[in-house]
Amino acid sequence: MNIKALLSATAVASVAFAGAAIARDQIQIAGSSTVLPYASIVAEAFGENTDFPTPVVESGGSSAGLKKFCTGVGENTIDIANASRPIRESEIKACAEAGVTDIMEVRIGYDGIVFASDINGADFAFTPTDWYKALAAEVVVDGKLAANSATTWKQVNDALPEQEIQAFVPGTKHGTREVFEEKVMMQGCEDSGALKALVDGGMDKKEAAKKCITLRTDGRSVDIDGDYTETLARLDANKAGIGVFGLAFYENNTDKLKVATMSDVVPSTQSIASGEYPVSRPLFFYVKKAHIGVIPGLKEFAQFFVSDELAGPDGPLAQYGLVSDPELAKVQEAVASETTLTH
Amino acid sequence: MTDTAMSYPAGKEAGQAVRKKTSLLEVDALTRRRNAAESRFKIYGIVAILIGLFFLVALLYAIFSNGLTAFNQTFVSVPVTLEKSAVEQAEASIVKTSRYNAMIDQALVAELGRAGISTDMKPADLRKILSSGAAAQVRSFVLANPGRIGETVTFELLASSRVDGYLKGRVTREALVNDKNLDAAHLDLVDQMADKGVVEKRFNMDFITGSDASDSRPEQAGIGVSMIGSLYMMLVVLFLSLPIGVAASIYLEEFAPKNRFTDLIEVNISNLAAVPSIVFGILGLAAFIQFAHLPQSAPIVGGLVLTLMTLPTIIISTRASLKAVPPSIRDAALGVGASKMQSVFHHVLPLAAPGILTGTIIGLAQALGETAPLLLIGMVGFIASNYPGSLASGFLDPNSAMPAQIYEWAKRADPAFYERAWGGIIVLLLFLMTMNIVAIILRRRFERRW
Repeated sequence: MNIKALLSATAVASVAFAGAAIARDQIQIAGSSTVLPYASIVAEAFGENTDFPTPVVESGGSSAGLKKFCTGVGENTIDIANASRPIRESEIKACAEAGVTDIMEVRIGYDGIVFASDINGADFAFTPTDWYKALAAEVVVDGKLAANSATTWKQVNDALPEQEIQAFVPGTKHGTREVFEEKVMMQGCEDSGALKALVDGGMDKKEAAKKCITLRTDGRSVDIDGDYTETLARLDANKAGIGVFGLAFYENNTDKLKVATMSDVVPSTQSIASGEYPVSRPLFFYVKKAHIGVIPGLKEFAQFFVSDELAGPDGPLAQYGLVSDPELAKVQEAVASETTLTH
Repeated sequence: MTDTAMSYPAGKEAGQAVRKKTSLLEVDALTRRRNAAESRFKIYGIVAILIGLFFLVALLYAIFSNGLTAFNQTFVSVPVTLEKSAVEQAEASIVKTSRYNAMIDQALVAELGRAGISTDMKPADLRKILSSGAAAQVRSFVLANPGRIGETVTFELLASSRVDGYLKGRVTREALVNDKNLDAAHLDLVDQMADKGVVEKRFNMDFITGSDASDSRPEQAGIGVSMIGSLYMMLVVLFLSLPIGVAASIYLEEFAPKNRFTDLIEVNISNLAAVPSIVFGILGLAAFIQFAHLPQSAPIVGGLVLTLMTLPTIIISTRASLKAVPPSIRDAALGVGASKMQSVFHHVLPLAAPGILTGTIIGLAQALGETAPLLLIGMVGFIASNYPGSLASGFLDPNSAMPAQIYEWAKRADPAFYERAWGGIIVLLLFLMTMNIVAIILRRRFERRW
């Protein structure tokens, strides 16, 4: 029959193509959309400065990238996963089950998370406590948990302007969300004494911590599942909103956004490098060691990425918004000796 | 005209009330109501069309007003002296391009001096006027023309995206207050350089032919490589979906017995045509990449996925055009002794061909504009950076597609990419329009009616 013949022809063609695909000479990278700009800058420079082709960098998020990374070893799996958070124990286990055992962890630098509002709006000087009190689903009132009823920032902290609470926060699939929960919500919960009150009130420590980072769902806090461009569009439509952005994104849109201080520190590469600005996190990429020597240029790329010329304080990555790692020399050494994760 | 209303049989019964006289020339209430309803309906129709037109015009206006600027780009012409020692020194370092910056800095300062523009800006600061890709541009020239080392060559270097945005009216001095990539002082210089003809805005062919660029240099990004990716995908779609689709439709329409089983197939094909395209992406990831081990991000996989998506469209339109061929043609062919297959291939298929082609082209146009399934097979990101070296690598090497490239640009941080996303939409629209016009012309020229 016609169809049968065609189907088998397609199958044969697929196998033939798969055979031809064995010789992949391009490095393939996937993962965090926060790391994507940096990875693409390095990939472009790598293509220009070496005889290797320009690596391809897919976006999709830290978790999606690591999941892809852990599907196995071979030509049709990716070589590098970008992540805006460290790899989880569960992911290392999933990787090992699929045969991905030797993983190199490379820290490329730090990224700041900034809180910004419309350029023509009011000035904000936040503390983590303000964010906790404004956005937690339930807050402690007279020693008891009650649904958060704050409607303006002034109700939360007298020093803040009389403006409706409306926050645009990265959705749960983003690595940024984890940092926001830990460094802002959790911190605010501790600073305001709410955590202590909860634990003293007889609540389990773990459960109390969970209560601390649960965001309200009455529309005052909106999860953004897309990228920062979506958050920017939301702020454009709702001038009273406050958005959570990466430092590099803010620095590219300083004409539309006004950045808020956190604990009286203005976010900048300097204040993040010195550790003064509290909301920052390391960025990573993970290399499949089994692919070194198989995919041409993989180790060279990893070394190129963390070289002083690129990831150093005067390099193009810092120019774009990356806070360079003060211990870059250690990272370079680890990459050179192909140090893998131990567990 | 005779007055028909008058022709009642007169004096039938004296007691009966005489029926009201009506006239065709005289419009009565009922007719008036019916006429009014009709003209109201016409107005509704016109309003509907006007609303549609309004949205079309608004959309086209948005696309062209935002996107046309992407086809122009700001260039700075700088004569750079390619000293042998400097080139050798640069080639010996790890990040070679960064060493070329020193040469460009010198050249830029010299060029400003020649043009009589004075500045106290440091050379490294001055360089912010230029794209960070300028060094790569100079280096690739040196590599291609090693014989010209030692000469002074005038380069048309790209200006940085913010300088470009300033000349296009997107960036203002106020907007640069907090910007660390460029200062208002740079803009004063740019104004003077534009007066002297050192800085110039003109048509940028590289936007149409070039490859994607990283987030730090939007001015260098082009849609060319992803256009090639789209082309290879369309080749796969055409060469798979047309024969499979036509064979399936001919069998179903002309040969298959009409029973429960073929009915089931028919219902399924109609259902498949309505399945959201992202589903095909998931299927493609599972079947082609994870099971068949085809390479990631490759146009061959994209083409296969889009083939699955296009097949139902082609089958449905092919069956419709086969049905439109009158049975008398088949009967006549069979009557003069042709076999069933001869009647189909010699008579029915040629008559149905224009309809089949139209359906195929419309299916291809739909596939050309599809992004969702490509998200899952790794064709969105910083992908379209290498021109394929050969025919096979065109199918197998990672590449993006035009709509995926547009989507990617639209989400990048630098606003200069936003303009390029709109520019990409213009290019994509031109392709779609050409395909649809070809489809219309084919239908007009070759369609036969009975």
